Amino acid sequence: MPEPGSIPAALAGGALIGIAAVAMLALTGRVLGVSGIAAGLIAPRSSDRGARALFLAGMLTGGVLVGRLLPQALPGAITSSTLWLVVAGLLVGFGTRLGGGCTSGHGVCGISRLSPRSITATLVFMAVAMVTVFVTRHVIGGIP
Amino acid sequence: MRGLSFFLVGLLFAVGLGISGMTQPTKVIGFLDVAGSWDPALMFVMGGAVVIGFFGYRFVLRRPAPFFAPAFDLPTRRDIDARLFGGAALFGAGWGLAGFCPGPALVALASGSSDVVTFVVAMFVGFLAQDLVARPAAPGTPARA
Repeated sequence: MPEPGSIPAALAGGALIGIAAVAMLALTGRVLGVSGIAAGLIAPRSSDRGARALFLAGMLTGGVLVGRLLPQALPGAITSSTLWLVVAGLLVGFGTRLGGGCTSGHGVCGISRLSPRSITATLVFMAVAMVTVFVTRHVIGGIP
Repeated sequence: MRGLSFFLVGLLFAVGLGISGMTQPTKVIGFLDVAGSWDPALMFVMGGAVVIGFFGYRFVLRRPAPFFAPAFDLPTRRDIDARLFGGAALFGAGWGLAGFCPGPALVALASGSSDVVTFVVAMFVGFLAQDLVARPAAPGTPARA
């Protein structure tokens, strides 16, 4: 088993992600979008909470499996700064709902469908993430 | 069977994320650090996923319907509006700050790290905040993500 995050592992993991997205469509008829599925679990106006809960339970179970077999794949967070984590979490939560998707729904499923919205969103969030890392790493000199 | 499908797809997806390196924020930041010592490995995650997704979707959509639902339920919007830009930009900023996007953050909960819990709780507050302030979603907007 190659080291998680090495190029062969990235390719294999990416293939599994693609297979999961295709299986989602074949079995349930839906796109695999984590932010939409997760947000719908707690949204006041929502549907199909049971299916959302089962999907997320599958993800958490998968996480436990990864933690057992490849503990180095789950090193935790990059910082212990609560302020930093809260700001980042709020931006990710609010932004993915406002933009209608995240890395899975726009990045994987949307690009696979050649959706112009998803291609645009993916280019924007990748570019802004790169600028953010540039600023935090090379302008302000690292995160707390 | 439909419920089991959601569970198993979620499990497979999480294992893929773990193997891929997406659950390691340092790795993600290294990929996003194009001006520093850029680590290209994670490009292969999206590459692998999209190649399989592109051909797999075409193959599956030749069927009249999914196995456990009456019809395919795919997003239909094609307009590019300010919300799409603004939302993607805010998301990108958060992703760049923490190195977590939603899926990997949920998988990383299994690390037992309270810092990951902090991020995930804030992310759910962000979901809820947007749902509360936003205009009602267009009818039939499917779960996506």
